[in-house]
Amino acid sequence: MSIKYTVDHEWVKLEADDIVLVGITNHAQEQLGDVVFVELPEIESTFQQGDDISVIESVKAASELKAPVSGSIVAVNDVLADEPNIVNDDPLEAGWFCRIKLSDTTELDSLLDEDAYNATLD
Amino acid sequence: MSDENLLQTPLHDLHLELGGKMVGFAGYSMPVQYPLGIMGEHKHTRAKAGLFDVSHMGQVSVRGTNASLDFEKLVPVDVAGIEPMTQRYALFTNENGGIDDDLMISNAGDHLFVVVNAACKDQDLARMKAGLPDCEVSAITNRALLAIQGPAAASVMARIAPETADMVFMDWRPMVIEGIDCFIGRAGYTGEDGFEISVPNENADAFARRLLAEDDVEPIGLGARDSLRLEAGLCLYGHDLDETTTPVEASLLWAMQKVRRADGERAGGFPGADIIFKQLAEGATRKRVGLSIDGRAPVREGAELQDGDGNTIGQVTSGGFGPTLEAPVAMGYVSTEYAKVGTKIIALVRNREIAVTVAKMPMVEQRYHRG
Repeated sequence: MSIKYTVDHEWVKLEADDIVLVGITNHAQEQLGDVVFVELPEIESTFQQGDDISVIESVKAASELKAPVSGSIVAVNDVLADEPNIVNDDPLEAGWFCRIKLSDTTELDSLLDEDAYNATLD
Repeated sequence: MSDENLLQTPLHDLHLELGGKMVGFAGYSMPVQYPLGIMGEHKHTRAKAGLFDVSHMGQVSVRGTNASLDFEKLVPVDVAGIEPMTQRYALFTNENGGIDDDLMISNAGDHLFVVVNAACKDQDLARMKAGLPDCEVSAITNRALLAIQGPAAASVMARIAPETADMVFMDWRPMVIEGIDCFIGRAGYTGEDGFEISVPNENADAFARRLLAEDDVEPIGLGARDSLRLEAGLCLYGHDLDETTTPVEASLLWAMQKVRRADGERAGGFPGADIIFKQLAEGATRKRVGLSIDGRAPVREGAELQDGDGNTIGQVTSGGFGPTLEAPVAMGYVSTEYAKVGTKIIALVRNREIAVTVAKMPMVEQRYHRG
């Protein structure tokens, strides 16, 4: 399974040709600190790459999850509404945010591979 | 301001060694959190004891034959009534009745020991020098300031300095602790019992390490300091108080003792007295209130407050998540007709309406040691 990353510290997991799962990286959750609230997007809502799709509130501040690719929301991780701390505890698996059906699969080429993402952290 | 231009407290190396995440605050490089994280640091302080570096705050000595009475020209507070070896909360007011800073005044016997906010200390010093011509006003720059706060603070301090055991809330004393010349007050800004300790710069690092060697003590950053004081209903200057908010509007009348009010023995004589007395007599048009919030979404500073019909009735001045409450917590100003505890209003967060109820402050009970 192929995982890509964005400069905004999000990960994008390719689940099918045009379906991706989206979450934030371990670096992102460390920077945010304790997540206390997540506002998830509506199912079937559509977004352009770079649009704000979700709000992540830590004790400190609010920040946005940006759409890593254009498309429509096909699923959201409802568990985060009651247990937002899962984003801190397991950001790469149980702490996923949403599943997106891509409207333009070529946008995947604009994302970073693991080495390129890790290089942005240095 | 770039990092190179930030001032450092005497505990800077210790903050780095402890893994503090450093940020610029009031011109100083300060730890916003340590590896424990804001949530963990907050809960630890309420459960045991937290150590805070508040050395960025301004320490000032005021000496003069009539220093206490003279000081009353600057604050609407009974300074002459501060008993020796005790301290009191005070406010610098301006000609419009607004608040230019909040501060602590200790009666050190032969002088006043004053602590002011970091961001205001230059202007406060200038104000005291100009306003107290018969006093010697000196910035104390050779001392750090530490706070130890939480239910275990008293037992920790009793082991290190047994004489602290009989101090009660707002007591203040010079004290030699482990051979170090300290000033110690039983106070703080978390709502918990605890102490604030002024320590010579050269001893600050060793003193902090001594406290951290106690099992119950963890270092706490500015992030948890903010959530702790917010739950305790305490104002943060520059946010909940500023030069446009009066003590009446800010719900700080408890800080204005009777003797300085309109019918008191030493009524008025401080900046803005006429405006403040008029508001006292007729009521202010807005009040600072606590806000209890439905749901989990924090309502933060700047959020607009509305009545049920979409009319603006106020604004949030501090807000975030309260780890002890396990819920969002906020305070703000509302038109006086909405200031009654239990009033249901609306907060706008990202254009969404969130139900909010005006609540009694503090949200988390203060646990000061009153003896």
